[in-house]
Amino acid sequence: MALAIKENNQLYITSFEEFEKNINGEAKNWLKDLRRQALTRFDELGFPTTRHEEWKYTNISPIAKENFIHGTESDAGLVQKDAVKKFDYDGLDAHTLVFVDGHFNADLSLIGDLPEGVKVKSLAEAFQTDTDLLEQHLARYAPFQDDSFTALSTAFMNDGAYIYLPENAVIEKPIHLLFLASDRNEPFITYPRNLIIAGKHSKATIIETYAGTSDNRYFTNCVTEVFCDENAYIEHFKVQEESSNAYHISTTRVNQLANSNFVSNALDFGGLIVRNNPGAILNGEGVESTLNGLYLGTGRQLIDNHTTIDHAKPHCNSHELYKGVLDGSARGVFNGKIFVRLDAQKTDAKQTNQALLLSNTATIDTKPQLEIFADDVKCTHGATIGQLDQDAMFYLQTRGIERDMARDILTYAFASDIIDRITIKELRDYCHHRVLVKLQQDRLEGIDKE
Amino acid sequence: MLEIKNLHVEVEGTEILKGVNLNIKAGEVHAIMGPNGSGKSTLAQVISGRDVYDVTNGEISYLGKDLLDMEPDERAREGVFMAFQYPVEIPGVTNSYFLKTGLNEIRKHHGLETLDAADFLKFIKEKAKLLDIEPDMLNRSVNEGFSGGEKKRNEILQMAVLEPKLAIMDETDSGLDIDALRIVADGVNRLRNEDRAIIIVTHYQRLLNYIVPDYIHILLNGKIVKSGDKQLAFELEEKGYDQIKADYSSIKTKLEETV
Repeated sequence: MALAIKENNQLYITSFEEFEKNINGEAKNWLKDLRRQALTRFDELGFPTTRHEEWKYTNISPIAKENFIHGTESDAGLVQKDAVKKFDYDGLDAHTLVFVDGHFNADLSLIGDLPEGVKVKSLAEAFQTDTDLLEQHLARYAPFQDDSFTALSTAFMNDGAYIYLPENAVIEKPIHLLFLASDRNEPFITYPRNLIIAGKHSKATIIETYAGTSDNRYFTNCVTEVFCDENAYIEHFKVQEESSNAYHISTTRVNQLANSNFVSNALDFGGLIVRNNPGAILNGEGVESTLNGLYLGTGRQLIDNHTTIDHAKPHCNSHELYKGVLDGSARGVFNGKIFVRLDAQKTDAKQTNQALLLSNTATIDTKPQLEIFADDVKCTHGATIGQLDQDAMFYLQTRGIERDMARDILTYAFASDIIDRITIKELRDYCHHRVLVKLQQDRLEGIDKE
Repeated sequence: MLEIKNLHVEVEGTEILKGVNLNIKAGEVHAIMGPNGSGKSTLAQVISGRDVYDVTNGEISYLGKDLLDMEPDERAREGVFMAFQYPVEIPGVTNSYFLKTGLNEIRKHHGLETLDAADFLKFIKEKAKLLDIEPDMLNRSVNEGFSGGEKKRNEILQMAVLEPKLAIMDETDSGLDIDALRIVADGVNRLRNEDRAIIIVTHYQRLLNYIVPDYIHILLNGKIVKSGDKQLAFELEEKGYDQIKADYSSIKTKLEETV
C-alpha cells in the first residue's frame, strides 16, 4: 500500500480552478499565492494512507475516494430557522454567526453590540476589509507543509469567522459560530476557516458548533487559527454534531504569547469519520493552556483526536484531559504529543486520557508521545482504558437499580467529569442532555439537576 | 422469611461455603460470627446476588421465592439490602441522586408514586439528621472522599431510605471508632421491627453490645458450627475462635441446629 492516495487529485485541481475563477479575481497577490502554494502542496502530498505514521489507525480512504462537490456560495442549501434553534443552546444569549454549507448567512445570524474596535464578521467580508491583519496572521499558525487537509483548507479558504479583539477588549457574551450542513443529496465538501486574533489583555468566549441537518454524507474540512497576544484570555468550545454519515476533519492551532490563557473543551458526538488536531504553541513565558475533550462513539463511528502541546518557552503550564466513551463497533484514537523545547525549563505539562469501552467490539488506540529536550520540567501522562467498574455496577444493583440503568448512570458519571467543566450553563445542560440521548436513555432525567 | 439449605459456594474453584443451613424469621436479628476466611462475607454477598460466586449446591428461599434465581436489583426491589463492608466510591454520581433513583425504582416496583426532587429532599434530610449526616454529604459523589465512618453511616442511611425487609450488615463495625459505632448501632436499632429481619455479620463481639441479637451463629471453615442466643458471644469473647475450633473438631457433635 502506498503512503498517499492521489487518484482524486485532479478533482481538487479542477475544482480549484473553478473556485479561483469565481472568487479570486479581486484577491490580493499574497492571498492568490498562498492559495496556489497550498494547492501545489496538496497535489504533492495527496491523501494520507494508514502507512503514514500520523494516520496509522484512521483510514480516510472513503474521503480520499469520494467525488465531493465543491460549491460556490449560490450552491449553498437552505436551512430553516428551526435548524438554527436546535443548536442555539436553549436561546443562549450570544453573538451568533451562522454559516450554511460553509458560507456566512446574514439572515440567520445575529451579532449584537460590540466594544469599540472589536470585529466579528465573516472571513469573506474580512478579505475585503481587513487585508493587512489577514496577511499578518492568516495561515501563520496552521502549517500546511505536512498536512493534506490543512493544505486543502488553505487553498480553498474563502469563508468562516473572523474575530479581532484589540488590546484590552472584553466581550462579555459568548460568540457562537454555527456551521450547518444543509440537506443536500450530493456529497459536498466545505472548508470553514476561522481566524481569531486576541490582542493584549483581551478576553472572549468562543463556541464553534458543526452540525448536520440530515443524515447525508458530506465532508467538513475546517481549520481554526487563534493568536493570543500577551495576557489574552480565550475560552473556546467546539461542539461536533455532524450527521451520522458525515466526515469531519478539523485542525485548531493556537499561538500563545506570554501570560496568555487558552482553555478549550471539545465535544464530539456526531460524524462517521472524525479527526481533530487541536494544538497549541506556548510561545512566551507564563502561558496557561488547556485542551480538554469528550467523545462519544457508537455504531461504526471513528473518532480520532491528535493533540499537540508545544512548550517553546519556560514557566508554562499545560493541562490535557480527554475522555472517550465507545459503544457498539465504534473506534477511538488518541495521540497526545507534548514537546518541551530546550529553552522551556520549569514546564509543567499534564496529560490524561481515559477511555471507557462499553462493548466487546469497541476499540481504542491510545498513545502519549512526549519529546522532552529541557531538563528541569514536570511532565506527567496517564492513559487508562477500562470497562465499567463491576463493583460499582453491583453496588447500584443492590440498591434496586437495574443493570441497563446502572450502566447508563456510570457512563454518564464518567462523561460528566468533562461536561461539568463547561462554564456556560446552557451549553453544559445541552451536553448533559446530549450524552443521555446518545446513550439512548430517557430514564436518567434529573441526574444533572441535583 | 429466609431459608438457606445446604448452601455450597465456590469462588474460582475453591469451596468457601460447605453446606450452610440457616432459617430466619421476620422480626429476628441474627448475628453471624467467625474469624477471617470463615466465609461470612461470602454468605452475605451470595444473599445479595454477587455473581462472582458459584452456588454449586443448595438453595435459598426468600419469602417463598427462589432467591438465587433473581438478579441483584430484583432482590433489592423485593426488600433485600446489604450494607457493604467496603462501600464503593462512584465519582460523578451524587449521593442524593443515587438514593433517590434506588428508592424510586423500589417504589415503582411496588406500585407506589415516585418522589419528585423536592419531596425526596425533605424525606432524605430527616433521615440524614437521625444519623448525624451533614446535608453536604448528600450533594457529594457517592462515598467519594468519605471517611470510613461516613461511608458506614451512608450505608445505614441507604438502609433507612430503602426500608428493606431483610437487611444484611456485612462487617459494618469494621474500622469504626466507638462514637461512630454507637451512631451506626442506633441507626440499626431504630430500624428493628417485627416485619424486618436483620443479619449482622461480624468478626468481633463488640457491635453486639449495641445491637443485641436474638441468635448468634458461629461460622467456621464454611459451616455453621455452633448456634445459640446472645450468651454465645460472651463465650466466644472468653474462649476465642481457637477454642471453639478445637471444641468443634474434637467433639464433632451435630452443631447445625436449626433455630
